Amino acid sequence: MKPAPFEYHAPETAAEAATLLGELGDGAKVLAGGQSLVPMLALRLAVFEHLVDIGRVAELQGIERRDDALWIGAGTTQARIEASDEVASAVPLLTKVTPFIGHFQIRNRGTVGGSIAHADPAAEYPAVALALDATMHVTSSKGGRTIAARDFFDGLWTTTMEADDLLVGASFPIWSGRRGFAVEEFARRHGDFAIAGATIGVELDDADRIGRCAIGLIGLGSTPERAEAAEAELVGRPIADMEPDDVGRLAMAGLRSVPDDLHGSAEFRTRVGAAMVARAWRTASTEAGRG
Amino acid sequence: MGEVPVHLTVNGRRREETVEPRLTLADFLRDRCHLTGTHLGCEHGVCGACTVLVDGAAVRSCLMFAVQADGADVTTIEGVASPDGDLSTVQAAFRDCHGLQCGFCTPGFVMSVTAFLRDNPRPTDEQIREALSGTLCRCTGYQGILKAVRQAADAGQRGERS
Repeated sequence: MKPAPFEYHAPETAAEAATLLGELGDGAKVLAGGQSLVPMLALRLAVFEHLVDIGRVAELQGIERRDDALWIGAGTTQARIEASDEVASAVPLLTKVTPFIGHFQIRNRGTVGGSIAHADPAAEYPAVALALDATMHVTSSKGGRTIAARDFFDGLWTTTMEADDLLVGASFPIWSGRRGFAVEEFARRHGDFAIAGATIGVELDDADRIGRCAIGLIGLGSTPERAEAAEAELVGRPIADMEPDDVGRLAMAGLRSVPDDLHGSAEFRTRVGAAMVARAWRTASTEAGRG
Repeated sequence: MGEVPVHLTVNGRRREETVEPRLTLADFLRDRCHLTGTHLGCEHGVCGACTVLVDGAAVRSCLMFAVQADGADVTTIEGVASPDGDLSTVQAAFRDCHGLQCGFCTPGFVMSVTAFLRDNPRPTDEQIREALSGTLCRCTGYQGILKAVRQAADAGQRGERS
């Protein structure tokens, strides 16, 4: 047994889980799929007196259309998202990004809520949530509320949720019309965290101009990043005028905290990031053009 | 920090135990069920040696607490061969193709490949490589393992026992 001892709680409803988190305070942590938390416990990088296992809370599971968005319960596994026809038609970027998460054995346990709440800047779902303007649904013993993705990711492994908050689900806006999506990552081995990556959505208007675009960046900051200045620059331009390499360069402008470590210097990561954006842009805009 | 009861099925046999919540499923299988075929390499989710099937899904048993498997149906490497000892198609293919050398990683590979071929009976070579990428082997250089999965897939296609 490697983790330090903890008290185990297995609530059956979200309300019960929220009450427990309210009562137990800072010493408690939510256990979802455990694919990030359990390694941290095993290495004793994290120690908690209480784990609140949400794996048996049925209302946290599921995928359904709600108005113009696709709601996915926080406890829904990555494997289920990967295999879902509903996700593939409503939010194709999620379907495309999921195979990049770990390995299939990890995706069998890992959850969308766990990934978003863990807020690793090199993880896939946080970058997609940010790029697509997803809305996080949060509950606590004080009641429920929503947090926009742009207000959610606060720093390395840190979100604006309070210690007694439970992430219930995330709503991803559904794009219609002539749209294209693509993901590119560079990692030393498949399944490793990426050195840099890009998740891109493009929507074209009737005149082949860029009606909307979303550029989420992986591994290029202390939080997932979004190339907002580049997006603003691109919207309204004819798609044919945009060279993918230029889009890549544009997307790297304004990044302030690119990691610089033994896996790669900040300069190297920025060059890789520009190349990933360029490749993903080419694929996404071609797909949109066919739509 | 109290102990909690768990009830689960391992290789078809009911198990009822009381465990510390921090006991991983891997340690439960090895220390409580004495099923030491599930190997522990890294104990933090990287090497894949401890892979077992939980309700049919291949998962790393070091990244799951036994209490989380309460009520589940678990299959370990000991439950893969037929009761009379005949190797499964995947096991036989590993033997035939030199898919193992020291054997430490082999239980994890066999469990992962068993689930993978059940869900993808006609895999491409690229899909096989991707499916194997979550398990580490330090002896074989992987070529024999790739060959073994291809042989097992082809045998499955011919309708031989799996």
